[in-house]
Amino acid sequence: MESQINKYSTQLIVINSIFILIWLTISVFPFIWTLWGSFKVKADFFSRADWTYALSGFNTLLETGATTTVKAYIESWTEGEFWRASMNTIIVTFSVVCISLFLGTLGAYALSRSTYKYTFFILIAALIFRAMPHITLVSGYLFPFFQLNIWGILPTTIIVLVAINQPFTLWLLYSFFKTVPKELDESALIDGCSYFQAFRFIIMPIMWPGVLTAGLFSMMLAYNDFTVTALLLNQENYTMVPKINAYLGTVEYSGNYMWAVSSVVSATAPLFMIVWFFQRQLISGLTAGAVKG
Amino acid sequence: MPHKTFFWFILPTGLAMILFIGLPIVSSFFQSLHIETEQILMEVENCDPFGCKTNVRVDLEATEKLREENPLGRFNGFGTYVDRNHLAFDEIEEAWDSSSSISEFKDIVLNLPFYKALLFTLTFCFAVTPPVIILGFIVALSINTLVKSLKGITIFGAILPMVVTPLIGSLVLFWMIDSQGIIGASIQILFNDPNLSLKASSKLTWITLIIYGIWHTTPFAFVVFYAALQTVPQDPIEAALIDGASRFQRVRYIVIPHLYPVATFIILICLMDNFRVFEPIIGFSAEGVAQSLSWMIYQDLRNENKMLFGSAGATSMLTIIGIAILLTPVLIRTWKEFRTER
Repeated sequence: MESQINKYSTQLIVINSIFILIWLTISVFPFIWTLWGSFKVKADFFSRADWTYALSGFNTLLETGATTTVKAYIESWTEGEFWRASMNTIIVTFSVVCISLFLGTLGAYALSRSTYKYTFFILIAALIFRAMPHITLVSGYLFPFFQLNIWGILPTTIIVLVAINQPFTLWLLYSFFKTVPKELDESALIDGCSYFQAFRFIIMPIMWPGVLTAGLFSMMLAYNDFTVTALLLNQENYTMVPKINAYLGTVEYSGNYMWAVSSVVSATAPLFMIVWFFQRQLISGLTAGAVKG
Repeated sequence: MPHKTFFWFILPTGLAMILFIGLPIVSSFFQSLHIETEQILMEVENCDPFGCKTNVRVDLEATEKLREENPLGRFNGFGTYVDRNHLAFDEIEEAWDSSSSISEFKDIVLNLPFYKALLFTLTFCFAVTPPVIILGFIVALSINTLVKSLKGITIFGAILPMVVTPLIGSLVLFWMIDSQGIIGASIQILFNDPNLSLKASSKLTWITLIIYGIWHTTPFAFVVFYAALQTVPQDPIEAALIDGASRFQRVRYIVIPHLYPVATFIILICLMDNFRVFEPIIGFSAEGVAQSLSWMIYQDLRNENKMLFGSAGATSMLTIIGIAILLTPVLIRTWKEFRTER
């Protein structure tokens, strides 16, 4: 029976394969193109005369003597201080993931184990908070942060990103904790564990797939954030994404447009590798979210 | 779990959310009620051999002092909400009186900054969501039929647009669509029109932004649909097969009804996320023709020397009201679910 459901006509298989190929081209090709173009000079990647220059590297050959060049990479990492931006990104991402997992697991565990009505209202409040556009929150931060003199530094941004990330982490971990049978920690409580001990020694060890998923999403949020980092950090503390935006816009960096292209590649590559590695967790996380709504 | 234990467990995350999500909203609201202090003017008499003239000049010292005393500015009530850059009641009234036809009135209103941004935001929201749902569903169905060994790499490829941040995603596309990029140049050759470019008209820019939105959001719909497809029960499908239903009929009458709840979830998340559209506008450098509500706030805050807190706060509040309207259906649904669960 199983085989009959999954038996497809040749026609269907052909149409299907073509469709998937087209779709993959649409979603992957822009990235491959950018990767390729980042090794050319601007006159080739943005060619006024003929776009095939980007393939042949005509101007790159004229300007540098070879058809590919890593000039943009070297310059943006040294002169453009992209190394500093990537250090900042590592600091921010790592701290955000650790802190938000710590806060999130505690909160979500309590929410999944309490039977009182207020858990519902806390979850709903989290859902509403999740819907708030980040920029509206930022407009609320700036003034108090200026007054308190904590604007522009990394710790402030880290805490803000942790908070912004909490609603989603809470919902995700809540739906994971719900799948762990209550009997497990109840028996631990009967044996004389405190709630915290049951949480720490019984639940956490079997929860690591859920925690990994939540960590992955926190990482993506912190790594990818533009709104918060661009407005809450000062120039020296910029993380990668606002730094790339700075390469595009300001007069200071004009003429170094290729810096932005190479930085985009530098910023995207590690992200893609992590996603490739943890793909299954990512999808199971989205499923958990979808089931709960 | 006893109340006390619950309290200690929830305290850290609750505190973080209240301090950095709840309070900023309140703070935004307070800011929106204030407006930047005006410059204090003083009259200065300039005398030269030909007589004396009085000039009006900004009293820098007094202005500075007043600003330091009241960093938030002076109280303005709901004044900022109704000014020209926001709800613009006066302008609308005037337009209503002066315009002779509805279309003229519409033109005037849609040229006011807030309504212009609102129009783009809503157009973006509602133009992106339906194609995303349909495409996401088709991609999920297709990939679901693949052999197992190919699935992993296909899924990885298909979710890439979602993984990158909107700014980078839009830049990557922009560099191709730009008149000097590969797609832009090819289109120019195809239509034999060297002036054809993304920036040629506001319509084209809007279409580009919407295409970008679909490109960026479809993977999300795909992943959720794909996950939900794994939970479709096999028994009814088998039964339908025995009854002679074609593949299309099986999808139409069994799979799709099973996915309805998931589809509503995707629609609402899409609407919510697309309502805050802002980074693509920067990525595509489309500020000239397409502004969104979030972009208006960003613009008010971008200037480090003179941030318009009041204006940003007012737009923020209006955006939040918009989000609340979009969110009501979800809240009602969750409430019903919660009640039936008890």
